[in-house]
Amino acid sequence: MSASVASNAKDLAAELGWEAVIGLEVHIQLRTESKLFCACANRFGAEPNTLICPVCLGLPGSLPVLNARAVGFAVRLALALGADVHRRSIFARKNYFYPDMPKNYQISQYDEPIVTGGTLDIGERGAPRPVPIHRCHLEEDTGKSFHPERQGDRRETRVDFNRAGVPLIEMVSEPALASADEAYRYLTRLRQLVRVLGITDGDMEKGSLRCDANVSLRRPGETTLGTKAEIKNLNSIRAVERGIQAEIRRQAKILGGGGRVEQCTLLYDVDHDVLQVMRTKEFAHDYRYFPEPDLPPLEVSEAEIDAERRGMPELPAERVERFEKKLGLPAYDADVLAADYEVADYFERVVAGGAEAKAASNWVMGEMARASKERGWSVEQFAAVVAPERLAALAQLAKRGLVSGNLAKEVFEAMLEDPGDPEAIARARGLVQESDPSALRPLVEKILAAHPGPAEEFRSGKEKAFGFLLGQLMRATEGKANPQVARDLLREALEKTGSP
Amino acid sequence: MTEHWKRSAGDLARDVTAGRVGAAEVLDAHRAQADRWDPAVHALLARDDERARRTASGKLQGPLAGVPFVAKDNLCTRGLRTTCGSRILEPYVPPYDATVIARLAAAGAVLYAKANCDEFAMGSSTENSAFGPSRNPYDTERVPGGSSGGSAVATATGMSAFSLGSETGGSVRQPASFTNLVGLKPTYGRLSRYGLVAFGSSLDQVGVFARSVADCALVFSVMAGPDENDMTTRPDGAFALEGLDLSAAGGKGLTVGVPRNILSEGLHPEVARAQTRAEEALGKAGVRVKEVHLVPPAACVATYYLLATAEASSNLARFDGVRYGFRAQPADDLLSLYTKTRGQGFGPEVTRRILLGTFALSAGYYDAYYRKALQARRRIRADLLAALSGVDALLLPTAPTPAFRLGEKAMDPLAMYLSDIFTIGANLAGVPALSVPCGFTADGLPVGAQLVGPALGEGTLFRLGAALEGALGGERRWPELVS
Amino acid sequence: MAIDRDTVRHVALLARLELSEEEIERYARELSAVLDYVAQLDALGLEDEEPLAQVNETFPPARPDHARPAPITREEALSQAPASDGTYFLVPPVVEYLEP
Ligand SMILES: [Mg+2]
Ligand SMILES: [Zn+2]
Repeated sequence: MSASVASNAKDLAAELGWEAVIGLEVHIQLRTESKLFCACANRFGAEPNTLICPVCLGLPGSLPVLNARAVGFAVRLALALGADVHRRSIFARKNYFYPDMPKNYQISQYDEPIVTGGTLDIGERGAPRPVPIHRCHLEEDTGKSFHPERQGDRRETRVDFNRAGVPLIEMVSEPALASADEAYRYLTRLRQLVRVLGITDGDMEKGSLRCDANVSLRRPGETTLGTKAEIKNLNSIRAVERGIQAEIRRQAKILGGGGRVEQCTLLYDVDHDVLQVMRTKEFAHDYRYFPEPDLPPLEVSEAEIDAERRGMPELPAERVERFEKKLGLPAYDADVLAADYEVADYFERVVAGGAEAKAASNWVMGEMARASKERGWSVEQFAAVVAPERLAALAQLAKRGLVSGNLAKEVFEAMLEDPGDPEAIARARGLVQESDPSALRPLVEKILAAHPGPAEEFRSGKEKAFGFLLGQLMRATEGKANPQVARDLLREALEKTGSP
Repeated sequence: MTEHWKRSAGDLARDVTAGRVGAAEVLDAHRAQADRWDPAVHALLARDDERARRTASGKLQGPLAGVPFVAKDNLCTRGLRTTCGSRILEPYVPPYDATVIARLAAAGAVLYAKANCDEFAMGSSTENSAFGPSRNPYDTERVPGGSSGGSAVATATGMSAFSLGSETGGSVRQPASFTNLVGLKPTYGRLSRYGLVAFGSSLDQVGVFARSVADCALVFSVMAGPDENDMTTRPDGAFALEGLDLSAAGGKGLTVGVPRNILSEGLHPEVARAQTRAEEALGKAGVRVKEVHLVPPAACVATYYLLATAEASSNLARFDGVRYGFRAQPADDLLSLYTKTRGQGFGPEVTRRILLGTFALSAGYYDAYYRKALQARRRIRADLLAALSGVDALLLPTAPTPAFRLGEKAMDPLAMYLSDIFTIGANLAGVPALSVPCGFTADGLPVGAQLVGPALGEGTLFRLGAALEGALGGERRWPELVS
Repeated sequence: MAIDRDTVRHVALLARLELSEEEIERYARELSAVLDYVAQLDALGLEDEEPLAQVNETFPPARPDHARPAPITREEALSQAPASDGTYFLVPPVVEYLEP
């Protein structure tokens, strides 16, 4: 989580005396079993050119056949965004030549997309910030090109069509984001949402989410939009943020020097933090969109929409509310936990295992987060080592006073290596605290005998001598005495022995 | 030995099924016709006698058991070269069969060759084939029509008992009328387009050539019906022969409408005579003939050449020398790979149409051309359906002239386009149309009559076609091979 | 409407067609003639007409989301390729990167 990166980007444009206007286009790769227009497997990482057929290879005479689940996924996303699902939408051909596009046109949607409107809330605690969505439409992915390395012997570009025809939703925001930080939050929230919805694995490394950004600057207060530049293939959340910052700097420099921003398409190289111009306006494409004659109009029935509505999972915002209202968590905890649905799921299992909500939250946000970070574990990997039920058991030990807060942390540390039951671990390692008076009394007697002086001082009213004696007792028990019990026994003994 | 090549598909299938004749013998008879005729008419491209013989010697069942046929070279055939009559696909061997090919095979039919055609089905004479023109067997100085010319010639000369062509604007009906055949353009969506190399997707349909209406109906019934690989097929597209009266009297009580307003001026006298012959023949067969009105067909041609080319410009984009087919050498950068491969791979007519279609869709011209053509299409369809509303079918000529000379129109695209003037309407409206032989001109050239019906009206067209057939009657006039 | 040579050049580039100067000249002429011919559509008064892109009104339903094994092998696919290395299709180096 590059939250730090995010914050230092809070408002770069403003620092430079400008207002940034940013719109994001995100391509969401859908997690269907088969491709959008053929029954080839939609699978990442297979041997090149093995998930292919006449349709996704664009062989002469082949025709597209629409995958119903992909349509359902678009409806699900629309419902989550509060957007309009159009009963009837049209597939269109986007015509341009590129080697990894088998037909040299992409089946997409143009002037009649399946989804329009809706909002994505990127607000933080207490301050909702709904970003208006322009549209979402269905389209097919291209194959993958492997371009010759700069230095390296091969001259050709190699093409793999396994990805060709994989279903995508292109989600286009209105130009309503004001900073790289907002773009960062938009993408983070969107990623959470689509993973909760189960329509994609959201894995940006695998290209499951791919982002393009439109950026323009204007003077604060101006209402007209400046000339925009489009940054393509921002394929990590970090790249989105850095790329936009770089573009804001670039445009501010041009405008600051009295120049004009030229409409263009840029590529951002996140490793070297450089933007390179890919295309200028003169070479802008003419995509010649027209209705796809091989596919009927896409019709979505009321029943299909209801089915998706019924299958709708709890959305992140709803979960935050439940964590606060039903589990009584502080707003901060609820926010952090719900921000990652896997973490939230784990947390809920810890609570279900018998831990108090706040205690469970402390363990998950504290020790669990730390341990996972140190070991680079995913939630799944952590759960494999420390099942939620075991963490719940540990929380209960602490509650029962069997282990102190500090010792509990030691037990937790031990649980990472030892699959045993927490109480067993605590006992085996002597981490259980001593609360049994009969076990502590002899020690108390010993200490009073060994330190008559302080005992005398206490009786003559010097309260601070009590602290010394208690310290001795704790040392003698290596800190395992239950502090409360130890205090009571010591007083009791001092009074008793004090009576003539 | 009986001349199997003269016999109908129905008869052959019955005899093969009953074991009265072997499929191999039937196949050989047709292949012998190909050996005799093809040097003179160039109907065929790839031929696979070997596998055909293997198929024929295997167990064959179904309504077309052992019936040899050829398919237009824009229909994909697994393992058999499919070029679309284009240099750009010269080396191409498809890994799958078109649905119609698979359905015919399942019905026992035996494919043994691919038929020549205008490149990517773009043309009306088969002169645009990259592999040389086909010739009309009734006069080898004349064209067989197109774009499905090779398929027509094959069935007209007995190389095959029937054949498959494809239609976008008349490419089956016009050659049928030029070669004394029955030619069907089905209702859009009734035959699967899966495996038919696309030209104008919203207009394309596979079509059937046969020497009789009965054979045409039989072949059609075997292929018709929805296909899970083609979302533009109609769920209600299946066609059953049961209860279809194809007797000479089967048309009694039906009504045909004649659009006189478009037949008045500029019609070739022989074609006008044939039209009169058809009206009288149907009248004798108890069919009522009345007059109807249609929009001037020139509007159809204009609309067609915008829509078909626009769709084609996109459909043909995939031929780029990357995944299959011809690649120009040397091509050291991507742009020249594309432009050289396509520049050298496509012939002039295809290039012309890709340019026109690309222009019609391009920024700034879309509304004035492509969109306007879509609006015209709705008007033309409404007008055609209105004309059909009071009648069972329309009766009009298939083509404005009999077969013309090779080269006669090759230099004048517009003149060539106009030879589809009477057929294009049915494609734009997506309704079925049937061309039926309607006699010969004074100098022995066939002329066809065209019946156009409402969507799913094939049955009615077959009844009327059979009635016309019966009324005109007589021995079939086969072409003679002059050596 | 008349199409000039530059328009033909532009359209030819969009369509990735290499044309000689003679061809450009000829197509400009022929396409202008065709466009003059199609101009007759203006006489039909189509302003209020809804565009019609497809004639059918009933269609088969969308496909259930089930994957089947690839019906063609990589070898089959690459056997048709003008250039391949046995694993990939090969094209000249691509400089412009683009994703849908
Ligand atoms: Mg896109
Ligand atoms: Zn596929």
